[in-house]
Amino acid sequence: MIGKALSHLLLLFLLSPLLLGVIGKTKALFAGRWGAPLLQPYFDLWKLARKEMVLSETTTWVFLAGPLIGFIVPPLAALFIPFGALPAPVSFNGDLILFVYLFGLARFFTAGAALDTGSSFEGMGAAREVTFSCLAEPTLLFVLIVLARLAGDLSLGAMLGPTLQPAWHQAGAALGLALVSLFVVLLVENSRIPFDDPNTHLELTMVHEVMVLDHSGPAFGLILYGAAMKLFVLGAVLVRMALPMTYPSFWLNLAVFIGGMLALAVLIGVVESIMARLRLIRVPQVLVGTTLLSAFAMVLLLRQ
Amino acid sequence: MIPNGCLSFRPGETLKLADIRPLPYADYARALLDLVAAGGRLSACFADAVDDSAKLALYALIARDRQGDLVLLKTAIGESFPSLTPECPQLHLFEREIAEQYGVIADGHPWFKPVRFHQAWISGRDAWNRPSDRRPLVGEMDFYRIDGDEVHEVAVGPVHAGVIEPGHFRFQCHGEEVMHLEISLGYQHRGIERLLIGGPRKATPFQLETAAGDTSTGHMTAYCQVIEALAGAEVPPRGEALRSVGQELERLANHVGDLGAIAGDVGFLPTSAYCGRLRGDYLNFTSELCGNRFGRGLVRPGGTLIDCGRELADLILKRLESVEYNTRGAIELMFDTPSVLGRMEGVGLVSQEAAEQLGLVGVAARACGLRRDIRLTHPTGAWRGNFDTIPQETDGDVNARAQIRRRELYAALGWVKKQLKKLPEGPHLIPPGKPGANLFTAALVEGWRGELVHVALTDDTGRFRRYKIVDPSFHNWNGLAMALRNEQISDFPLCNKSFNLSYCGFDL
Repeated sequence: MIGKALSHLLLLFLLSPLLLGVIGKTKALFAGRWGAPLLQPYFDLWKLARKEMVLSETTTWVFLAGPLIGFIVPPLAALFIPFGALPAPVSFNGDLILFVYLFGLARFFTAGAALDTGSSFEGMGAAREVTFSCLAEPTLLFVLIVLARLAGDLSLGAMLGPTLQPAWHQAGAALGLALVSLFVVLLVENSRIPFDDPNTHLELTMVHEVMVLDHSGPAFGLILYGAAMKLFVLGAVLVRMALPMTYPSFWLNLAVFIGGMLALAVLIGVVESIMARLRLIRVPQVLVGTTLLSAFAMVLLLRQ
Repeated sequence: MIPNGCLSFRPGETLKLADIRPLPYADYARALLDLVAAGGRLSACFADAVDDSAKLALYALIARDRQGDLVLLKTAIGESFPSLTPECPQLHLFEREIAEQYGVIADGHPWFKPVRFHQAWISGRDAWNRPSDRRPLVGEMDFYRIDGDEVHEVAVGPVHAGVIEPGHFRFQCHGEEVMHLEISLGYQHRGIERLLIGGPRKATPFQLETAAGDTSTGHMTAYCQVIEALAGAEVPPRGEALRSVGQELERLANHVGDLGAIAGDVGFLPTSAYCGRLRGDYLNFTSELCGNRFGRGLVRPGGTLIDCGRELADLILKRLESVEYNTRGAIELMFDTPSVLGRMEGVGLVSQEAAEQLGLVGVAARACGLRRDIRLTHPTGAWRGNFDTIPQETDGDVNARAQIRRRELYAALGWVKKQLKKLPEGPHLIPPGKPGANLFTAALVEGWRGELVHVALTDDTGRFRRYKIVDPSFHNWNGLAMALRNEQISDFPLCNKSFNLSYCGFDL
């Protein structure tokens, strides 16, 4: 099991920055540029790791706890979910709740670190982030409940296990709605367009980015790495739902998973390229709409 | 009809200083308010020290768009004067400016604060009793504050996250909603108006080309018109045409850049990226023309310093074809995307009434349904008789300001092509003579942001005794503050970009 867990984590640590590279490349091509190299996120992390860290005198340990917990949580959460057909290393009944609230814990500390600086910008960012997250949370839970009901099991390993493929034949409509809802949650949770703009430098409009304005050097590196891994973990759930096939060959399963993840990154890049960001005031409305969509998925399932 | 004692003239004409009779202040005030009530716009208002007297001469220059003329009013003031701002909000900043420059007090001014935070030009005087032994710090004033448990204050700048000019913005917010925005500038004050006293000198053209760096051609054209009027010189048609090409290229580069920046702010990548590149293409056209991407060294008194031969004109025309195609593509894509329109529509509203009261000019005024364009109402040079339509939008929101830019872009493309296809024959430069003595003149130019006003008064030897510059940003910053009322604070960057005002043009 330890070997499985290690290979799981190795995959996560090695591949997660690549997703950001693929997104960046896709966006660059849409903008008519060559863009930064695919491996740029790795270079950035290496650069930040060697930099000096500037700490404000007004901050406390909370300021550093934010990046640290934001970095630790995604690998922990990754242990509960299968990467494609590669089974989850850790699985127990009800681990889906732990999965959801591990990210809640990370968010709590990120927001705490932002408030710790006492900056009005970071306070605004923290307020926006928690507002959006608490509106996105019901959607995530509804999606997981749909999966749990289909699998008849409350562990993520089983919900995203081999029973998923027959479930598409049995309840395709419900799963389809759940998939769309999960994609929206993925965009919100990872502060992507149309909900947030990861590339903006305008402190008044930022959501996630403004919360980490004061972090620098290795601490900022941890934040970026943690964010990349969060995208990878949530993306893995989405990819598994969309590509539920299980093959006898380990390598084929791995190839399907990695191919799916890269396709997801391209899809995110395309979405970011072809649409503008929503007005901040519209974001909650969209999220409530998504919650209704996911609730509808569950209703469809219960009717059967 | 103009009130008694006022002088009416057209841009490019001169008045003899001796002919400008000061009115008693009460008559001056009544005449000014009457003219504004009849649709006049306050283009400039400034004071001038009177030789060997403690009094100041106060001038007000009112542009009448329908008549196409300017009306000049003059009065004399002592150490204080009754403020007319409560009746005429357009005067608001002008009165603060006069108070700061000459250390006089505008009695009853509702918002009496410094503008640029410099010491008074007359030593030992200060309208706010600030210590005279040190320079005031920029932003050293009482900001407007709203108190309350749930009210919070957000201060942005003067150092910003992007590479832009310095300015300080103070928001009073209730949650995400902005109740009030106060803008405090002055960080780039270089004292240009004082530098120009005693001019023109060799350095003067270079100083004016950098009054607002993105409006080099515009400010320089206004300065040249002042010099030409003072010297009674004519500009050859070829020079006029080349000047207009330079100005429209400036408009093209800036409007394309602005639309790209608006797209960037709403996170719409393709237009943002393409417009960034295309702006460079337009700047390069200017560079082909005069050797400088911002048009420095193109315009000089008497015409243009550099001629544009047939070969160069054809080269620019040929390159313009593909650049125009790409520009239209990038811009139409933006205006065809619902998510972009949804982001711009109804955001940053300025009502027509507010625009009129604040005296907005240029793009911002035309977006509020006002018909304000110097090329139409007070045309000079190549514009005379050649410009008959101006784009107008009525919504007054970010979308309207973006639409104005888009429509002006297409018009400017047409203008540049038309002028370059058949440049008038003849010389491009006839150096003017020396400026006349004891004269008054004013030049109005429609820069890409809006109306630029340059006013000059000469002394006995034909040197400037006072030179006044009014950049469109001076009128329009208050429009931005109004646009933010009851808006989301997260929409500020977008509103700001839709105005895209100059900091140094304001600070001078």
